[in-house]
Amino acid sequence: MKDHMLCETPSLTRRSILSTSGALFAWANMPRLASAAGARDPRFVTIILRGALDGLSAVGPIGDPDYAGLHGDIALSLTGPDAARPLDSFFALNPGMPNFHRLFGARQAAVVHAVATGYRERSHFDGQDVLESGYPGPGFATSGWLNRALAQLPAGQSVRQRGGLGVGVVTPLVLRGAAPVVGWAPQIVQPAGDDLGRRLLELYQHGDPALGDALARGLDIDKIASREMNGEKGSRGGMDSVAGMIQAARGAAKLLAADDGPRVAALAFDGWDTHANEGGPRGRLAQLLSGLDGAFAEFEKGLGDKWRDTFVIAVTEFGRTARINGTVGTDHGTATVAFLAGGAVAGGRVIADWPGLKDRQLFQNRDLAPTTDLRAVLKGALSDHLGVGAAALGTQVFPDSIAVKPMKDLVAA
Amino acid sequence: MANDPKSGWTALNRFGFGARGDGDLAAAAADPRGFLLAEVDQPGIALLDGPGLASTPSLLKALFDEQEKRRLEREGADRAKIASALQVVQGAEPPQMQMAATGDAAAPTQAAKPPPSVEQIAYRAEALARVQRATAARAGFVERLVCFWSNHFCVSVAKGQFIRVSAGAFEREAIRPHALGRFVDMLKAVEQHPSMIFYLDNQQSIGPESKAGLNRKRGLNENLAREIMELHTLGVDGGYTQADVTAFARVITGWTFVGREGRLGPPGSPLFFANFHEPGAQTVFGKTYSQSDREQGLAVLDDLARAPATARHIATKFAKHFVADDPPPALVDRLAQNFTATQGDLKALAKTLIASPEAWSAPAAKLRNPYEFLVASARVTGRTPVDAGPILGGLATLGQPLWSPAGPNGFADTAASWISPEGMKARLDISWQIASRIPDMANPVDMLDKIAGAAASTETRQAVARAESKQQALALLLMSPEMQRR
Repeated sequence: MKDHMLCETPSLTRRSILSTSGALFAWANMPRLASAAGARDPRFVTIILRGALDGLSAVGPIGDPDYAGLHGDIALSLTGPDAARPLDSFFALNPGMPNFHRLFGARQAAVVHAVATGYRERSHFDGQDVLESGYPGPGFATSGWLNRALAQLPAGQSVRQRGGLGVGVVTPLVLRGAAPVVGWAPQIVQPAGDDLGRRLLELYQHGDPALGDALARGLDIDKIASREMNGEKGSRGGMDSVAGMIQAARGAAKLLAADDGPRVAALAFDGWDTHANEGGPRGRLAQLLSGLDGAFAEFEKGLGDKWRDTFVIAVTEFGRTARINGTVGTDHGTATVAFLAGGAVAGGRVIADWPGLKDRQLFQNRDLAPTTDLRAVLKGALSDHLGVGAAALGTQVFPDSIAVKPMKDLVAA
Repeated sequence: MANDPKSGWTALNRFGFGARGDGDLAAAAADPRGFLLAEVDQPGIALLDGPGLASTPSLLKALFDEQEKRRLEREGADRAKIASALQVVQGAEPPQMQMAATGDAAAPTQAAKPPPSVEQIAYRAEALARVQRATAARAGFVERLVCFWSNHFCVSVAKGQFIRVSAGAFEREAIRPHALGRFVDMLKAVEQHPSMIFYLDNQQSIGPESKAGLNRKRGLNENLAREIMELHTLGVDGGYTQADVTAFARVITGWTFVGREGRLGPPGSPLFFANFHEPGAQTVFGKTYSQSDREQGLAVLDDLARAPATARHIATKFAKHFVADDPPPALVDRLAQNFTATQGDLKALAKTLIASPEAWSAPAAKLRNPYEFLVASARVTGRTPVDAGPILGGLATLGQPLWSPAGPNGFADTAASWISPEGMKARLDISWQIASRIPDMANPVDMLDKIAGAAASTETRQAVARAESKQQALALLLMSPEMQRR
């Protein structure tokens, strides 16, 4: 707190080093890695978007005749002052993501749409448990699939050897577990995010106006102060702000780029729970997406020549309702998008088995229906990019998921 | 009072440090008053001891020795200024980046820092022991009483190393043994303790007609005498005059402590130094005291402790702290009468508060002070602090640095004084830090049920349940009126 200084230069500390006990798979059994004869030195980054991203406002199915009607004022469109950026003849990208659009054009980015984990309820807490733990249901929140994937790699393999990087004061669950992980946070003292402040003000407004008045004034003062210090507009730099996301990605990229640095990283960005005034092509969601977009750009820049062998995937616990609600936002839903970026991504495409948006096509007449299991996407990436074996993926990494086959050809040849 | 959830909540929050969620809310609800009485009646409950907690004389001896060593080093350094300058440069901390811990461990050790000083080590050990005790306490009422009396008889570590090294020992030696004992005993223990003597400068106070006074051109220092009357006993409107203060200051000349050389006893132990003591009878508050030596001052304290103004002053402050900024007059009257009738029996005073209907019916309008808030947060999250750093840092950020009030009147004790814009913003940031550092947490909705149960408002329940992550939910829970108010 007071004696903790802020800083921007990342470095590493080994939190825990696990002895490299018996390798389950021999190095030579890894097809892609073996064919590259050790020339590859892959990086893998997972970004958890906490709060449930509205996939239909992030990547709009503008070719679907029912889209504009359903998603109302926050639907993307190819016309107007905030025109979405076309990805193909059917999908368009939120205008807040110019970098991702550029990468997509360079075949270094892809989108998976109508994707969801196996979780079909609508609790953030449980949904995040499932997303990050990799288990079929909630309640197994002690280790994450990315950590268990690391643990499956043969000892001596560079990814296993260099271990994982958890960004944030606490490593995201997805990377927690027995395999060695180092931690780094852009600031040891993360200020509370704007969204948390908003929610608390709302609680006080009903329950304790005196506390609400004081807090509102305190947040205003703080905004002015941070504006004066940073010479930029009012963000407190939390993980739900553009500045916070960019800062986190910049530091992580620097660490991942180092020859002796970690090869795998996990970050968590907050604020995606857009129940009210979500905005579509502009506004709150677009702002958040521009933070994520900036993070992709930071990874590209910071990783330098390592970028060509990098796979970044941004995932969220579930999507949001296809229809907008009474407060120009969306409520908890089911299927959504996953963003893939990096030189190792076989990009330039939106991967979707499109379910349609007619009432009867919606999941429970409410949400975009899931047609792709997110675990298939993750398995495809872990298998072809990091060389995690199929048997381990179906049992230890994503328990009880042998039936979910890894998606093929996600990784550039 | 059979099974009363609201009173169970009141027992834990108004009187204690908040629920831990280990079944305590149900136990308190089953018998709210009995829940508190059981704690108050537990023998030795207010005492605190443990590894790393030393006595005031041994702490002060260590400090004196270190100060002497530093002095010698400085003198040595003066002889080799160039070398010394070089050393300072080399020893300066390089710009650091911060590493985050996985889990809530402290940040990893940074580049070579000077080893912690005697007073830092003691201060941190005392702080940690105090917070751990409060976090683990069943209700926490007794620890709240200790905090109340410690703030009433405050010293401040801002005064320097002497207080920093001894503030915790002062509380353990002068406050805790009497927090459920007699007021006059606490008063006497406090005013003779080296920490208080040093804080209010009495070691410098010399009777003008004393041996030392006749030899030197130095004299009285009224600081301690005035604050005893104004703050510790009678209160500012207690009816005493400047003449009373001066006379009382003469009475307590010679109340000091043994210095580093240890000529008159173990260094750092309390001392009556006759050479400083003003001879002769003194008239204080309408009564003449002709006792000799230390007995004269103890007799004045006896009378101050039983003065009606003192009973009134204590009763008002007690009710303000526990019940309301503007406490019900009937409650204050009852507490004052009890104080007088029992000759300042502080356990009886605590029990009178428990028995008072006003303490159970007044709305929860007080705001937890920063210490209460951080302890309550540690209890809710079930995480007993293992390092004093975050707590001390948090207290400083929130405006209540431990044992370091701005003046001898202690930290403010009204809701308005803590409900400030910057204070609430700092609470929010700290709540987020606490929440975001917990890797595997239970569902915060369940936590709310365990600590507030039926006393939780619908709004709070919804805000927690609808949060976008468990971390955000816990931060909202920590900031909810149920956690902030008491």
